[in-house]
Amino acid sequence: MSRFGGALRSEVTKITSTRMWWILAIIMVAYIAVCAGGAAALFGALGDSTNGPSISGESLAPLIYSFGPTLGYVFAVLLGALATTNEFRHQTLTPTFLATPRRGRVLVAKLVALTGAGALYGVLAMIAAVGAGAGLLLAFGIDPQLGDPDTWALVGRSVLAMALWSAIGVGLGVLVPSQVAAIVIVLAFTQFVEPILRLASSIAEWTAQIGQFLPGAASDALVGASFFSLAAGAGGGGTMLEWWQGGLVLLGIAVLVSVLGWFTSWRRDVT
Amino acid sequence: MTAGVTIEFSGLTKTFGAVQAVSDLSFTVEPGRVTGFLGPNGAGKTTTLRMLLGLVRPTSGTATFGGTAYRDLPSPLATVGSALEAASFHPGRSAANHLLTYTQAAGLDRERVQLVLHRVGLGAYGDRRVGGYSLGMRQRLGLAFALLGDPGVLVLDEPINGLDPEGIKWIRLLLRELADEGRTVLISSHLLSEVQQSVDEVVIVSHGKLIHRGSLASLDQSEQKQVIVDATDRAALAAAVEAAGYTVSPLRGGVLVENAEAADVGRIAFAAGIAVTALSQKRVGLEESFLHLVGEEGAL
Ligand SMILES: Nc1ncnc2c1ncn2[C@@H]1O[C@H](COP(=O)(O)OP(=O)(O)O)[C@@H](O)[C@H]1O
Ligand SMILES: [Mg+2]
Repeated sequence: MSRFGGALRSEVTKITSTRMWWILAIIMVAYIAVCAGGAAALFGALGDSTNGPSISGESLAPLIYSFGPTLGYVFAVLLGALATTNEFRHQTLTPTFLATPRRGRVLVAKLVALTGAGALYGVLAMIAAVGAGAGLLLAFGIDPQLGDPDTWALVGRSVLAMALWSAIGVGLGVLVPSQVAAIVIVLAFTQFVEPILRLASSIAEWTAQIGQFLPGAASDALVGASFFSLAAGAGGGGTMLEWWQGGLVLLGIAVLVSVLGWFTSWRRDVT
Repeated sequence: MTAGVTIEFSGLTKTFGAVQAVSDLSFTVEPGRVTGFLGPNGAGKTTTLRMLLGLVRPTSGTATFGGTAYRDLPSPLATVGSALEAASFHPGRSAANHLLTYTQAAGLDRERVQLVLHRVGLGAYGDRRVGGYSLGMRQRLGLAFALLGDPGVLVLDEPINGLDPEGIKWIRLLLRELADEGRTVLISSHLLSEVQQSVDEVVIVSHGKLIHRGSLASLDQSEQKQVIVDATDRAALAAAVEAAGYTVSPLRGGVLVENAEAADVGRIAFAAGIAVTALSQKRVGLEESFLHLVGEEGAL
């Protein structure tokens, strides 16, 4: 167990000893703060006028706060994917496996370390979303729901979602060791392929049954609110998993890609 | 320091697709000596060392440290220190943090980091990011990684590549010191001349096969002597020496006589009434007998 502790400490040092983690974190926090604050201001202003879409204050606050995970998860995946692809790219798998010849131990330590880092990203993302969102809601005289335990349950589930996304990134980086390919896959899938699939899947009841298992949909289910599911829900086919089912789907994806990566790259010759 | 143990290679073989990189290699490497693992580029040295270190899975055969495979060593970095050819650093990480990462993974005392940085002469540069390091500094950092666990066995792949003359002198002394402390030291090189002042033993491979194993002096036995001779009438000289049963070949500045002593060639010329203008004995160096051993393709 202490050997695993050493491997885990090593993986944490790997994250903290380069600039990547905080550069990504700053970009993420700024992006979420601007979007959450902007959306709060927009709906706050629209709420005053008589026409335009109206979302009640009660449902508006959680939607604004869900910007944390829905905008932040791509940063968590990238953090995880970079942690593994960097090892291939800079050939640091050699010293890593020399220090810890049991490769399974290294992979599990990496998954645990990055899950922790993802949770930290989740905390930062929620500070940005709730900080900027609640501030502007208050400015427009809308109740930010900060006294509601449901709000804090959403914050907690968002942190969990971010942690799981980072673990998915680790597994993806093992499955696709090429850093450029991994980044392209992450960006293309999260920003383009999956949104289209989710929209398409909401067309019929049976496709919606499948669509709810898409990772982004599962993540929204876990978080419990998102603009995307609101839009999909308005379309009629808004089938959603339970929050814990969504969490299990994300966990399952993380385990699946890691196990696949173990066989395709992690076990192989390091030359 | 842990005691130096014997490295044992037994029937070690590796094929990459159609390429037979290493073929049935068997030899041992003893403690207390510096052993040079030599062969031209592509001979299979790196692949052999990576199999020894558990990074590459052998197609067949074994490579162990006194009978224990690398992955089964209770504390690998404290038993075997290694530096492999490829630069394996994250350019954005400082040298000290690079070493700290593996110190933690191996459960070593974190004071070792500064100790080994000083030992390899990087004490003042530990906080700099490795991306700014010169090739020589990276070699030294690789060596620092090898020394991290104060191991009894050192396995170094091409450690002299990229070092400046001062660095080469330094590493020679270091290798000698490590072997004198009773450690097992195995270093690879594609140039005999690069390591011939450092090694006691040589293991020569070519095309993945073992072709020579012995002391450095054992290479001398295959040494051949040549004579370079010249005269105003070069053709007559060549004819006279050839008539005496020697193999001759023309050079730009004279005639090369194989397997000959200068005194004998001088006598032949004198007997033929030819006045020589130049006569010298040429010793075939270790390097040339090395190249001879590894064959023509070896002269890459
Ligand atoms: N990962 C690999 N895939 C395919 N062939 C390889 C691989 N690694 C090495 N080889 C081949 O194996 C042979 C031995 O290479 P190597 O061990 O690097 O030799 P050396 O270190 O003596 O220069 C070469 O022909 C090389 O091309
Ligand atoms: Mg090599």
